[in-house]
Amino acid sequence: MSTPETIAVAMSGGVDSSTVAAMLKSEGYNLVGLTLQLWNQRRLAGRPGMPETTEGRCCSLDDVYDARRVSEHLGIPYYVVNQQDRFEQDVVQPFVREYLSGRTPVPCTLCNNHLKFAQLLDTARQIGADRIATGHYARNEYDPARNRWILKRPADASKDQTYFLFGLTQEQLSRTLFPLGNYRKPDVRALAQEQGLALANKPDSQEICFIPGGDYKVFLDAYLADRGESIPDTSGELVTTSGEVVGQHQGIHNFTVGQRKGLGLGSAGNVTAGSPLYVIGINGAEKKVVVGSSEELVSKSLRANRLNWIAIPSLEAKLRVEVKIRHRHEPAWATLAMSGEDEVTAIFDEPQRAVTPGQAAVFYNGEEVVGGGWIL
Amino acid sequence: MRRVYMDANATTPLLPEVFEAMRPYYTERFGNASSVHSFGQQARGAVEQARMAVAAFLHCRPAEIVFTSGGTESDNLALFGATKPGDHLITTQIEHHAVIHAAERLAQCGREVTFLPVNAEGAVDPEDVRQAIQPNTRLISVMMANNETGAMQPVAEIGAIAAEAGVQFHTDAVQAAGKLPLDVENIGCHLLSISGHKIHAPQGIGVLFVRKDTKIEPLFYGGTHERQRRAGTENLAGIVGLGKAAELARKGIEEGVPKNLSALRDRMEREIVERVGDAGAHSQQAARVWNTTNLWFDHLEGEALVISLDLKGLAVSGGSACASGASEPSHVLTAMRVPAARARASLRFSLSKMTTAEDVDFAVEIVPKAVAKLRELSPHYANRSPVASVSS
Repeated sequence: MSTPETIAVAMSGGVDSSTVAAMLKSEGYNLVGLTLQLWNQRRLAGRPGMPETTEGRCCSLDDVYDARRVSEHLGIPYYVVNQQDRFEQDVVQPFVREYLSGRTPVPCTLCNNHLKFAQLLDTARQIGADRIATGHYARNEYDPARNRWILKRPADASKDQTYFLFGLTQEQLSRTLFPLGNYRKPDVRALAQEQGLALANKPDSQEICFIPGGDYKVFLDAYLADRGESIPDTSGELVTTSGEVVGQHQGIHNFTVGQRKGLGLGSAGNVTAGSPLYVIGINGAEKKVVVGSSEELVSKSLRANRLNWIAIPSLEAKLRVEVKIRHRHEPAWATLAMSGEDEVTAIFDEPQRAVTPGQAAVFYNGEEVVGGGWIL
Repeated sequence: MRRVYMDANATTPLLPEVFEAMRPYYTERFGNASSVHSFGQQARGAVEQARMAVAAFLHCRPAEIVFTSGGTESDNLALFGATKPGDHLITTQIEHHAVIHAAERLAQCGREVTFLPVNAEGAVDPEDVRQAIQPNTRLISVMMANNETGAMQPVAEIGAIAAEAGVQFHTDAVQAAGKLPLDVENIGCHLLSISGHKIHAPQGIGVLFVRKDTKIEPLFYGGTHERQRRAGTENLAGIVGLGKAAELARKGIEEGVPKNLSALRDRMEREIVERVGDAGAHSQQAARVWNTTNLWFDHLEGEALVISLDLKGLAVSGGSACASGASEPSHVLTAMRVPAARARASLRFSLSKMTTAEDVDFAVEIVPKAVAKLRELSPHYANRSPVASVSS
């Protein structure tokens, strides 16, 4: 009998990754459980607007405790790996910079690219595991015809996490198992129950893990204060698309494209010719927030750069795809064409609302993720 | 799988004699030492016998021994118990967290605190202690041997300086106990902490030596146990175990056990460093306790090495564990001005008298292999500059 393959399981202390560990264990793999300690929730606890306690947050002691309990239950070795420095550098700081420059970042994708896959695969290989398994809802498979690893939507469309995974390289995909790709969430909970995992009914995590309460503005204040800095003054004018100044704002980081509330124009000023005003765009260089009507919020196209292709080696000719421009967006048909060395333009069949710089544009061909990039 | 334990500075297993001595005190001799009846008298007798054994181990009077729950409580009792708001406390940057975090708390509670630096070998300069003394200095707390590097501190000199200045002196001797002769007269300390589980007694028992006429305020209020210095029913079996372990440790030191084990540590250190290259031992030029070596391996992540070694059966530690169990950069190596990358690539191997030559052979065999594998995977290693590899 040959030695079973060693696989490192990325364990968050949640139901999904715990169930992955239980599934692979029963399939006979040699497992090592790993948790990346990404952020110290106590660091900003108690600063204005931040919660005093850190219970039930990602990277909290409760989650590590849960992951440890599961590992003990399954009889697998388990380690916590400190990656706080890298997380701060590769995820938190870009997140802060993006907001301060008037863009709306997607930290989960950066975390996947830099930590959950790059770093975890490095650590896994260092400790003798060539492949990792995660609890993401996604599928990946090798297609010999194209000689490529393909990333596909999962069976449970409501849990689809492929939007956050478009940055995975071929090497990363070839070394990753997504055992939950063919399961629906209720089935996963049932499996967890069957395996005797005490946390089978633990609620799903929803918010950005390092921002308890989900208020990113409070986080920006607290984080910068912790570093002895403060939010730079980016206050300026609210202008219409024709350049007319309609008001003042307190800083561009308070706005995101499509936002309707908090424009500071009052109930009367918030309405022009009977229609409410939305943020249409943010001009970071001039500290201007552009507002306009619902009709002005739609875009016929988008440009994206820092591209990663998965189903194809590169984009050579025009391609019909469905484009997803934010996590909870119903993908829209568009035609893709390269518009620069590392820039693609997608022309939508139907104009789309609130195309937001800083978010990811992910391109789908049916079930497959063709690739993606960052909206300019 | 063969498993070799080289983390004695974290904890040690009970010696069989210690376990046997404790056993009856969990069952038939279970009394409360404060009770009047025969069961209580039997327990009291055992507690006092253990107290005498510990007193002999420290060369002090039995009445100067206060049993606590361990090193952390002893350190806290010393620091909180011997200082008042307005007092000045001198300690160092390389103390155990039980002292550093207690001192930080004291600083929030009206005490003035000085954290002295150390030299590159991890030793405090007694002259720095002398210079730091001011009119309101009440207490000096300097550890006897460092838990991460094994570096011994000049406690006798510091004791003399403290006496000259009329300042009280506490030493955390948790990592020195069982490895060095402990004599509170030679050290010149008023307060000294030891922990049971570092000397093959159980976890959850410790001692604070409190010199006669040294006043300390208790941490807990309750009964009049331990001459009103530590309320709470005595941990009977733990105390008995600590008494036995102290007796055995004293004999071991008298018989020269540490000398033989020191040769084992030195061989392991030399052979590992020679085989892996771009490596070395921290505090090697300092006087060190015999059981500890803290090795650095450039061009790799210490955390991955600890995990790799554990998966191959060798238990060692790196950095200090934070609440989640992840490693944090060592405050001791940082205080020694070890560059951050090297501090992260440093592992502590700590032996005990149960360590064998075969255990050392095992470590010498698997550590270089694990290091080689990690370096093979490290982009930094392939691109390393020759200058970096010769500097230390």
